[in-house]
Amino acid sequence: MSNSTITASPAKDAKPEKAKKPASLWSDAWYDLRRSKVFLFGAALVLLLVIIAAFPWLFSPVNAFDPSTCDLTRARDGLDGTHWFGSDNLGCDTYSRVIYGARVSIIVGVVATIVTSLVGGALGLLAGFFGKWTDVLLSRIAEIFFAIPSILGALLILAVVGRDNAGIGSVVLALSLLAWPLVLRIMRAAVITTKNQDFVLAAKALGAGPIRIMIRHILPNALTPVIVVTTMNLGVFIAAEAALSFLGVGIQSPDISWGLMIADSRNRFLEAPAPLLFPALFLSITVLAFVMLGDAVRDALDPKLR
Amino acid sequence: MASKGEPVLEVRDLVKHFPLTQGIVVKRQVGAIKAVDGVSFDLHRGETLGIVGESGCGKSTLAKLLMALETPTSGTVRVAGKDLANAKGADLKRIRRNIQMVMQDPYTSLNPRMTVGDIVGEPFEIHSEVAPKGDRRKKVQELLDVVGLNPDHINRYPHQFSGGQRQRIGIARGLALQPEVIVCDEPVSALDVSIQAQVINLLERLQNEFDLAYIFIAHDLSVVRHISDRVAVMYLGKIVEIGRDTEIYDRPTHPYTQALLSAVPVPDPEGRENRERIILQGDPPSPANPPSGCRFRTRCWKAQEICAEEEPLLQIRPGADHPSACHFAEVHDVVHAS
Repeated sequence: MSNSTITASPAKDAKPEKAKKPASLWSDAWYDLRRSKVFLFGAALVLLLVIIAAFPWLFSPVNAFDPSTCDLTRARDGLDGTHWFGSDNLGCDTYSRVIYGARVSIIVGVVATIVTSLVGGALGLLAGFFGKWTDVLLSRIAEIFFAIPSILGALLILAVVGRDNAGIGSVVLALSLLAWPLVLRIMRAAVITTKNQDFVLAAKALGAGPIRIMIRHILPNALTPVIVVTTMNLGVFIAAEAALSFLGVGIQSPDISWGLMIADSRNRFLEAPAPLLFPALFLSITVLAFVMLGDAVRDALDPKLR
Repeated sequence: MASKGEPVLEVRDLVKHFPLTQGIVVKRQVGAIKAVDGVSFDLHRGETLGIVGESGCGKSTLAKLLMALETPTSGTVRVAGKDLANAKGADLKRIRRNIQMVMQDPYTSLNPRMTVGDIVGEPFEIHSEVAPKGDRRKKVQELLDVVGLNPDHINRYPHQFSGGQRQRIGIARGLALQPEVIVCDEPVSALDVSIQAQVINLLERLQNEFDLAYIFIAHDLSVVRHISDRVAVMYLGKIVEIGRDTEIYDRPTHPYTQALLSAVPVPDPEGRENRERIILQGDPPSPANPPSGCRFRTRCWKAQEICAEEEPLLQIRPGADHPSACHFAEVHDVVHAS
């Protein structure tokens, strides 16, 4: 903006959309993102995967949950016109199973991300803002969870839950329980940096209460690093869900999960590679898409990397 | 100019010691930084008190104490007769309406995620009894107009303004609650010289318009002289000399004031050659362990034994017309040129 704005006569009719446009960090970031090939590619892939997860029947003529579509006589058949990705040990269509398996991955990724962001973010805000004993208590609890190796910890939690009760809910629970301390730490650090800034002091001098200061002044200015980590975490959670299902403690049959499909077909891999390769390929693409998205968001939001 | 009557701000024996602690689990106090150590002054309606001193002398801590952003170790701050320093909750909130602040750095004192309308209107949201909801937007626009900003820019964000304009936004925020006292903590030191003049003129105009009293903290002596009715000179947490601007600038009696004034740049190449320069030796002592007696004695050319033994009180000395905290106070004009 030029310095002439102070003396300029109100030229509001001239460019009304420019005056309204909040040329803030977010709009700058959005401007960068729209020009980033990595972001556009990642976002397109994620969008496609979300649509697949929401409406799998649009992509697959066969309902993978219907056991009558499986034909044992055609088990481990190669690729052909009816079974595009071949068929698995039970003669079920791999293509439709891959399509229907997207839902579990997306749900686990998104829900675990939301839970960890809300829990870790809220506790991090409290720990950073109030400091002292609140901070000591919350940070130590977080460190206890942080010290547990993630896959081992998740295995343990899911073993306690038991195979009969295992499913999307327990996988989300296990992943969230182990991942929220990371968000807490990042939020806490960002809040501590923000709370010492002059505008927070100015709000205090006006007589603003702690809730107003937290919500109106600190949170909006401390959110950026949390958003970056959150976007990156999506891919990590999806990979972790597949790993847990592969190990047999995550999603259980008859639910469909890419990790479970890989586990089921690993013993006959040399005989019929298709039922293992295709879910693995989709898993890789999904994780890659979210990691690309996270990378692009970080590049756009982190001024230090510019 | 200074009108007599009830002072709008009374500060008495204000002390702020920051404890120095040792140990990680069990903290024990091993000393204290004496940032502000026994400061008293009065401020009347429509008056400006300039506070000068070098970095680390406690000016900004004093400002924070006046704004109740720090709790004083002892002493009182009375705003319009009510004790601010020891008030809590709703009382404190009510008293705050009478004392507001303009901060030093216009780039960090405005929330970058809020529009100008939200920033200037926030005082009304916090003190909702001041302005009914429907009027707020109009009031904010009036305030922007008063400080010389375009009221149509109410939806813009701080980074869309220049430094001087941002400082005007900060001033508008300070004015919103119609306070009687505004504490200006180095309000122009982050601005260009040309913009400094604009902001100072604005502050003077607002003072006349609203009968405001200013505490004007700065280290630029010319700026302080220009705007102040009275000036207090601080050294290591204490006021060493206080008086009307002419008394301080033309007839300084404390050696520190004299040294400070002799360092003011003079816009006259010839006079600059001949005038006296008092150069102080050494650094200011640590406020954690100030010298006994007079705090300035370690750097003072007049120091005698009595200075180490007896603390000089801030009082009117023989041969002077305003209070000075020096045993050997005498008038010595160092800046006659300016």
